[in-house]
Amino acid sequence: MFRTLAEVFRHGLKNRSFVIGGTISLLFFLIAFLSYFWTPYPVEDINIAEKLLKPSAKYLLGTDHFGRDILSMLIQGARNSVIVAFVAIGIGIGCGVPLGLMAAAKKGWLDELIMRFNDLTFAFPSLISAIMITAILGPGSVNSIIAIGIFNVPVFARVARGAALSIWKREFILAARSAGKGLFKISIEHILPNIASMLIVQATIQFALGILAEAGLSYLGLGTQPPMPSWGKMLNEAQTFMHFAPQLAIYPGVAIALTVMGLNLFGDGLRDVLDPKLRRRR
Amino acid sequence: MTLLQVQDLCVTLNTAHGPQEVISHINFSMDAGEKLGSVGESGCGKSITALALMSLLPLDSQTKGKIILEGQDILKLNSRKICSIRGNRIGMIFQEPMTALNPVKQIGAQVSESIYLHLKLTRKQTLERVTELMDKVGLPVSRFGLNLYPHQLSGGQRQRVMIAMAIACNPDILIADEPTTALDVTVQEQILDLIRELADSSGMALIMISHDLGVIAQTTQNVMVMYTGNIVEMGSTMDVFQNMSHPYTYGLFSAIPHVGSSALPGRKRLSSIPGQVPELHLRPRGCNFADRCSRASKMCKAKEPMATRVSDQHQVWCYHPLSCEDKK
Amino acid sequence: MKKPLVKIEDVYKDYQLPKKYLFQKAPVFRALHGINLELHQGTSFGIVGESGCGKSTLARIVMALDEPTSGTVFFDGQDLFNMPAAELKHLRRNFQMVFQDPYGSLNPRKNVMGIVAEPLDTLKEKLSYAQKKEYVAQILSEVGLNATDTDKFPHEFSGGQRQRIAIARALITRPSLIVADESVSALDVSVQAQVLNLMMDLQEKYNLTYMFISHDLSVVEYVTDQVAVIYMGQIVEQGTTKALFQRPLHPYTQTLLRAVPDVNPLNKKLKNMPVIPLFEKTLESCSFLDRCNKATRICVNNAPELLENEGQLVACFNAE
Repeated sequence: MFRTLAEVFRHGLKNRSFVIGGTISLLFFLIAFLSYFWTPYPVEDINIAEKLLKPSAKYLLGTDHFGRDILSMLIQGARNSVIVAFVAIGIGIGCGVPLGLMAAAKKGWLDELIMRFNDLTFAFPSLISAIMITAILGPGSVNSIIAIGIFNVPVFARVARGAALSIWKREFILAARSAGKGLFKISIEHILPNIASMLIVQATIQFALGILAEAGLSYLGLGTQPPMPSWGKMLNEAQTFMHFAPQLAIYPGVAIALTVMGLNLFGDGLRDVLDPKLRRRR
Repeated sequence: MTLLQVQDLCVTLNTAHGPQEVISHINFSMDAGEKLGSVGESGCGKSITALALMSLLPLDSQTKGKIILEGQDILKLNSRKICSIRGNRIGMIFQEPMTALNPVKQIGAQVSESIYLHLKLTRKQTLERVTELMDKVGLPVSRFGLNLYPHQLSGGQRQRVMIAMAIACNPDILIADEPTTALDVTVQEQILDLIRELADSSGMALIMISHDLGVIAQTTQNVMVMYTGNIVEMGSTMDVFQNMSHPYTYGLFSAIPHVGSSALPGRKRLSSIPGQVPELHLRPRGCNFADRCSRASKMCKAKEPMATRVSDQHQVWCYHPLSCEDKK
Repeated sequence: MKKPLVKIEDVYKDYQLPKKYLFQKAPVFRALHGINLELHQGTSFGIVGESGCGKSTLARIVMALDEPTSGTVFFDGQDLFNMPAAELKHLRRNFQMVFQDPYGSLNPRKNVMGIVAEPLDTLKEKLSYAQKKEYVAQILSEVGLNATDTDKFPHEFSGGQRQRIAIARALITRPSLIVADESVSALDVSVQAQVLNLMMDLQEKYNLTYMFISHDLSVVEYVTDQVAVIYMGQIVEQGTTKALFQRPLHPYTQTLLRAVPDVNPLNKKLKNMPVIPLFEKTLESCSFLDRCNKATRICVNNAPELLENEGQLVACFNAE
């Protein structure tokens, strides 16, 4: 049981996936943050004369078919991924956790209602539904955020409910009830702190899925719109030049794979660190 | 005839505070058919001793010393040979029958598991053996059937299944680790009777581990009292319970309320042992009990006490053992 | 006779079991079957029975954590299940509970201050943090802990100390009734004695009333003035501790007492013989019929009522 972030961090340093995953994720966030201040070249600059260049000292990763600097686009794309995934997670936690807590606290028909509605959303493959939603609302990064966010809601609702139910059975909840606390206060004061670590772990994994979903939507042209660069869109555009400029597809592909892997590793590591029972076995 | 001899057994476990010696230099031996009790509070090492006998300690633990079962040091055996001893020569009953049984396997299959493994019987013979075992533990197949699942049985019945599993291969030693702690008193009585009868009729040696002095008094011939990884008093149950010599044993005994206390005039307080069991990494030098002992002297805090003979079959590890007058 | 502090009146509690088929009427498990009890200020009342007999359900009903199916509980003359929720909340300061599991009953994410001060919210007047801290420090030293322990977390304490924290939490609102549900069963023997002594000291100091629930007969005999033995949701015997333990009248009480292993290895006392049921149990029979060695024909078709028998209350036709 840890109380301070420093303690979590200290134990984390002993865990390999926590360190590797954490480093990759941190790097990714730093790059995304960097884009606010500096990119090697402005991403909107089209310079047809220098299109499809191989990597060189001037353009570290080369240029695309419009002569835009690929490194700059990757850096800018990281920012987009972070924003979309982050807000989508926010929607998921903001709506899902209260729903899950409510279901666990009230039980009965409300629980049934919330969980059956969850099942309904789970019944559709998330990406297909996201495509459906963006098709209805129209393409764009805001709409893709909403679409991805909606699919985080049942995930968090389910995790929160399951974890909360097991906490509700504990004796200290009975103690709180005999102290006259109501369901709402108990959920906030007793349940939430005890399931927080589980939610954090779930959030890192959902974050990775969010990035993947954003890339998928952009690839289909439903996510981030031009001229904003996005990893998914870069992949899409690279398709055309697959034969004579394969590097165009490789860079964003590697970026997506590395980030998702890093975040997943980090999530795994974090779970091990936060759950002492698992940690002992390693 | 000596069946089992434990010499200088030390067990070190990896804990949050680094490796810690949970059992230090334990010596005891038992004869075939003997009933030995091991009593103490949680953390005294009584269960760890049992797990060491079964070679079931966690992989990152270290065991030193010798555990000699009929001339063979178990600790020197390779894992395949240990498997042929575990369940075959030594059987074990655990405290919590619900978690010790596999919830998705029928009880018949669970009992026959070790028979298959060790006795190499045919399917038909195995079935016969299982039927015989279930009769022995009071779950006759005619009434209970072998295809029940653990959750369909009561706590006492589950413990009976555990016992059937433990004695399936006619082991030389049966270890019962708090076999009745999770059970009601009336069921406890039945299970203890069953264990006693089985041990008597088959000549099995029994190691009964319990925190309950009553259980030990009623089921064993010899007893060792343990405290923080050491044996503090050992001898025949009769001698030890009649003439407690270690301040800890006596403190433990005085701290339990006895049935019949309401007959005594006035309301008294229980005498309790001050303080609490020291944590593993905070165990003191010298006698581990010294900090809680009213009789402790400088010597106790400096050096661990050696065994002193109280009588023929009664040893105590204390510099200042209690005499009869002290207990008045 | 003085007015009782707690009056449990004809309490029934049914639980719905999960359905086996979708459209089946949910089967009902009767956990409590017409319980009547009176607890008087300053005394200890023991509730004894085996696991699943309904003793914990009774505790939760007395604590108003569960509603009875029928019947009710009066606390100090007020009907717990027939009053506005806000009033019940304020009344809660007068009855508190100490739970069994010293590990599960304290929120691991809260410090001692947060745990012990929690029931103070039931008080009508709002306390400042400094006032709360003062209360907590005082109660901690009373239960034998350091007043400076307020910032520590539960995992920094041993089992016995945790149970002291739980007692401090129960006592902080100065209640008149403490329900102790197996409060010492999870503790080691030497620590159990410390906690029992503490509870008895506190009782004398504050004239507390205890409802002491346990499966451990020797502990109940030690601590209580009155005892009720519960079997399958019904009181089968009730009386003063002294009388009941020295001269148990109900066959079930006798069975229980005989089953406790004696600490003296010389005492090979009377043992319970396995009972071969002579009669088939029906819905009308005495609930103990199938385990009783004194059953006669009358027990098969009639359930005995709790009647007075030489100063004790016994529910048995063949009580001696």
